[in-house]
This record gives sequence, structure tokens and C-alpha cells, in this order.
Amino acid sequence: MSKRFVSIWFNHLTTDWFALRRVDLKKIPFVLRSPVRGRMIITAANTVAEAQGIRSGMMLADARAIVPDLEVADDDPSLVERLLTKIGVWCIRFTPVVAIDPPDGLILDVTGCSHLWGGDESYVGDITKKIHSRGYDVRVAMADTIGVAWGAARFGKGSLIVAAGDHQALMSLPSEALRLEGEVIDRLYKLGLREVSQFIRMPRQALRRRFGQSIIMRLDMALGQQMELITPLQPIEPYQERLPCLEPIVTAVGIEIALRKLLEALCFRLHEEQKGLRASEFKGYRVDGKVEKISIGTNHPSHNVEHLFKLFEPKLSTLEPALGIELFVLDALRVEQQLPKQEKVWEASGGLDDLRLSELLDRLANRAGSDAVHRYLPDEHYWPERSIKVANALLEKPNTPWLAGRLRPLQLLRVPERIEVTAPIPDYPPMLFRYHGNIHEIVRADGPERIEQEWWVEQGQHRDYYRVEDAAGRRYWIFRLGHYREASFQWFVHGFFA
Amino acid sequence: MLSKNTSGILKDLQADIQRLEGFRLNGHSPVDMGLGTLNDSFPNSTFPLGAVHEFLLEHSTDAAATIGFIGGLLSALMGSNGTAVWISSSRTLFPPALKSFGLEPDRFIFIDLKKEKDVIWAVDEALKCGGLSAVVGEMQQLDFITSRRLQLSVEQSKVTGFVIRKNNRSLSTTACVSRWKITSLPSEPVDNLPGIGFPKWHVELLRMRNGKSGVWDIEWRDRKFIPVFKSPTYDHVQQKKVG
Repeated sequence: MSKRFVSIWFNHLTTDWFALRRVDLKKIPFVLRSPVRGRMIITAANTVAEAQGIRSGMMLADARAIVPDLEVADDDPSLVERLLTKIGVWCIRFTPVVAIDPPDGLILDVTGCSHLWGGDESYVGDITKKIHSRGYDVRVAMADTIGVAWGAARFGKGSLIVAAGDHQALMSLPSEALRLEGEVIDRLYKLGLREVSQFIRMPRQALRRRFGQSIIMRLDMALGQQMELITPLQPIEPYQERLPCLEPIVTAVGIEIALRKLLEALCFRLHEEQKGLRASEFKGYRVDGKVEKISIGTNHPSHNVEHLFKLFEPKLSTLEPALGIELFVLDALRVEQQLPKQEKVWEASGGLDDLRLSELLDRLANRAGSDAVHRYLPDEHYWPERSIKVANALLEKPNTPWLAGRLRPLQLLRVPERIEVTAPIPDYPPMLFRYHGNIHEIVRADGPERIEQEWWVEQGQHRDYYRVEDAAGRRYWIFRLGHYREASFQWFVHGFFA
Repeated sequence: MLSKNTSGILKDLQADIQRLEGFRLNGHSPVDMGLGTLNDSFPNSTFPLGAVHEFLLEHSTDAAATIGFIGGLLSALMGSNGTAVWISSSRTLFPPALKSFGLEPDRFIFIDLKKEKDVIWAVDEALKCGGLSAVVGEMQQLDFITSRRLQLSVEQSKVTGFVIRKNNRSLSTTACVSRWKITSLPSEPVDNLPGIGFPKWHVELLRMRNGKSGVWDIEWRDRKFIPVFKSPTYDHVQQKKVG
């Protein structure tokens, strides 16, 4: 999706603000002044004054000579930024990403916003109308890049809405529209390059040599070939809590209190936003400049202070305060949506989605490592070792049903163990076998069940499995690897039946 | 009429005795394990839930029979939606086999730990977790203090625990509600057909708090326990010997 930006230009921001407070200032020539190198310089002039030939940057004495009844007020250098910030925050009703663009503008990232107003025209029209009704003179332009929108707002003729993918709009703009430094613009004008279209096709190297790197950068920004970042007024806050300490903390109790405080603050915010953390890091900044940190992870998004504290608790002892920790920071590295669950009227025996279960597994995995917790799902293989796979998530459902028809031993040896057998004739179960030095006489047997090696996974011989029962009533799962007629066949015990 | 009255009085008296002995109903609705005549050995004729049961392994080859018997109990306990946690430091259990006990192997969560100390800690933590149907722990040893800790945990959470003790060279008393020993028995041929019949076990209930001990032969057939017959009278002296 292509980006869309709106640039708002306040032509008379500060004078409009004064006029809002004194209505009569609207009708008479009015300027703001501030002292520069011992002289009074005009910093802003209203529409009436501009009509009489007064520009900002003039000396006040010269202006007084042109218009004797000039109304003058002192300029406040911080006023512009204050006003822009205030209007910018108000503009969040149009888009969440608003940035101020001093000295006289705002930039709005409006990607995917205008359709809510029924199109670009009514969107821009609404912004213009609403700001006008607040008493400010504005020009609002919309384009694919900040550069074009900025230029169009200040210098554009005709429609201020540049359609998506329209590069022609940039061509007709004057050179100043590229947001270049004053001397670069002067040089461009000296060479007669008044419009962007006159130099946009010139070789890049020549442009750079004569006008510096900035013209290339500004052209690229206007064309959308270079990213331009803006700083939103209300940045999306990271999930982080800080606790500076007056005195360096050295005791375990102190660290625990700090962690609990930070967790409470963070979990309160997560709870408000219906979120839960999946991974978190607790950092302690030591007096000697080192950073000590511990981190945890959870199975389910959680904002339960007690639970998270329990996860951190066993690791707290690894924090080395040394001379003391002066700043604690708790970061939520991964945050996920956690919708509140409907409370149950009665406590049923929980399934796999039970919150208590996932908290238990968090605690176990936290102490013993996440490779200690396993859950198995059936895999589509007959080869016993490959017939199960480890489930990735707690709620992952089996894709295929468990094979119920084939009897499998309750205990399966990780590696089949060699046994020596006495077998009467080929393809008959053995009569007795020696396992761990004991001789087991086989009384009953079932089989064979031949399981072929899956050649697409691994090369090897097939296995002929027998279920056998010895005289003591113990049931084994034994197999012969390979054919009888091959000399290389071997017997193994692989499991035990109930 | 009279006999009905007397049986009622007897029941009341039995309940009184059990109360005096410290037996409390812990609010579990009774689950029928399908153990038939074994129920007479349990207090109130129901299998005690919300308690820790101890299973002894005389020999490592009895493990399969013990797990099989526990699997049968779990199938009644877990129902259609329950979850169980299986904690071990040397697990050989093959999950697909649980299917033959009417259990969904994906409803089991296996915790494989390296250290024996961690196993005890994990069993304790799991028993404290109210959302589980059952916890099975395979451990080498279980001393009295640990068993009492586990018992206190289940009294809070009402979870049923099964502890498989692998090493019983020094059998100490424990605070577990019962002590079992399961060994394999040769299977009976079905309809005189060759091959292996249904799993059959020799079940010894060595101790049952507020209940009676006993010995039975039990078969696992069509996902049900079938007590074959009650073994000849159990020697009282032997019971004392094993504690």
C-alpha cells in the first residue's frame, strides 16, 4: 500500500493566535518583533500588513516608515512550537501519526485514513474547514511523499491534492518547494533554475557537485526513493517501566521490592489495554556502569503479577548488585492481546487451555529449561521412533488420529537393545531369548508385524516385530532386523507391554 | 425391616469410626474406576481422589504393568477433557500406547528432568495446580517428609497424584493414602486361540488409609478392569512386614 501524507501550512500562525485574543488585530496591520543583534526584526506579519508590503525579516524601523500605524507585539520564541504541538495533538482525530514541522507546519501520515471521510477531497476539505473554524489560516496538501505534500501546501497552484503515483505535480513546483537551504536556492535562481522540472533530469553527479548532497537527498525524498522518518507527537509507547533509586540497592529484599513495584506498574498498564506479556527482561543498572539482567518467557500472554514474580524469583539470585544498583528497568519484550475470559460459574476440571496449567508449565520451564516440557502428537509414520512428534504449542491439535488398531508397548526403549535368541524356523517367534543375562522362555507370541524402513527418510533393513510373553507373564516387544536368509540379521528388544 | 435398620446403624457406626480416624470427604464427586470388588477395600467404597497413591516397583520389569494399571485408573479419572502431567527423570513411556487405555496421548504433558531433586519439586508444583486431573511422578525414593509435603499440596488443590517408586530397598513409611504393588501375570488364552491374551496383573494393595488391604488378579479387557478372582487370604504378618 502506497503511503499518503498531508502537510498543513499555517501561513500566519502566530499573528492568528494573537488575533484570536484581540479581535481588532485582524483588521489592522500587525507584526511581531524580536531583537536580533541589537535591532528589532519583524518575525511575523498578518495578512493586512503583508498587503501593504511588510515581510517578516524586515527591520521594524523600515516597516514603521512604510506603515506608520503598525501594531507591534513582542514575539515569544517558544510560542510556535507550543502552538504546533497543541494543534498537532488536536489533529490526532484525523490520523494517529502526527508530527510537527517547525516553523509553520504539521505533517500527518494519513495512509489508509481518507476513505473514512469518503475520499481525499472531503478529507482534506474537512481538515481545512475545521482548522479554519479555529481561526487559523491554512493550506492543506496531500501527496505520496512528505516532500511533495510540503511543497504543494506552500507553493502549489490549483488542486492541492496530488493523486497517488502522480510525479508531474512535483515538476511544476518552484525550486524552494524542495526544502533546500537558502544559499542553494539562491544559486539555483542565479542559474535560472526556478522550477523543479528544469533540473530534475540533470545528471546526479553534476547536481551534487554544484549544489551539494542535500539537493539529491531532497529530490529522492520527494520522489519517494528515500525514506523520510517523522517523529509522531504521541509515539507508541514501549512497554517499559523504570525505577530509579535514591540509594544504590544491594540487598536481595530491595531487588525483590523493586521488581514487584515494576511488575505492578507494568501489569496495571497491560491489564488496562487487555494485553499480556510473553517475554520480559528485568535489568539492573549498576553503579559501576555494568548492566545485570534476567529474562523470562511465558506460554500464554499474562499480566498476573504473582505469576510473573514467581517466574523471576528463582533467577533473582543471579543478579549481582556489587556496589549497588541505581536503576531498575522492566521491559516487556513481547506483548500479545489477551482477551478477558468469561468467568466460569463452577470450576470444571480444566482442559489444556486452563490458565493454571500454562502457569504451571511456565514455572517448570523456567526452572528446568523449556526443553523439559514435552507434548506429543501423532505423526504419519509407522516406524515406531518416528510415529510421534513433539507439539509446538500447548493447544496444537493432532492432524491425524492416533492409531488405535496397532498394539504398541507402554514402554519403548530409546535405543533397541540386542538380545540373543533361539528360534526354531524362519519367520517363527523365538523359543527363548537372553536379555540382561537372564534367559526368558517364551510361552506365547503374536506376530510378526513387519514394519518397513521408510526409504524416503532413511535407508535400512525392515523390522519384524513379535509380541512375546515369558513364563513369568512379562510381555515384550522384540524384533528381528532384516531377513533370515541374510546372514546379518539381529534380534532386539524394543519395548515392554503392560 | 429390622435388618435394614441394623445395616443403617452399622453404616453410621462405620462413618463414625472413619471420622474418628481422621477421614474427611474432600468434596470430590466419586469416580467409579470400574474396579468392582476392589471398591470394598476403599473408604466409603470409593477410590480416594485428591490424594497421593504410591506404587512400588519390585523389579524394573514390573514398570510396564504398573503403568498399565495406572493407565486404567487414569482413563476413568481424566474423562473427555482432563489433562495429566507425567514427570520423570528417565521416561520410557511411549505415548501412543496410552490410546489402548482409552486415553488421548496428546492430553498428557511430559516433564523430563535430569535431576532427582527437580522431579520431586516438579511433582509438588504440579500437585498444587488445581486444573489438572492427575499427576504421575516416577521417582527413585520417597521419604516421609516429602510424602507429607505432597499430601499437603493435594489437600489444597484436590488433584490426584500417583507416585511410582523405583527404588524400594529401604521402605519407609509415607503419608500417602495407599501403597500398591503391581506385577505381571501370564495372560489367559482367549477362546483357546494361540497368542497373547489380555494384559493381566497381580495387584497387591499393601496399605489403604481407612480401608483394607488385599490381593487381586485383574485383567484389562475392552478398556475395563475385570477382577479375575481374589487371591487366597492375604497374610496379615506380611502386611506388617512391608509397613
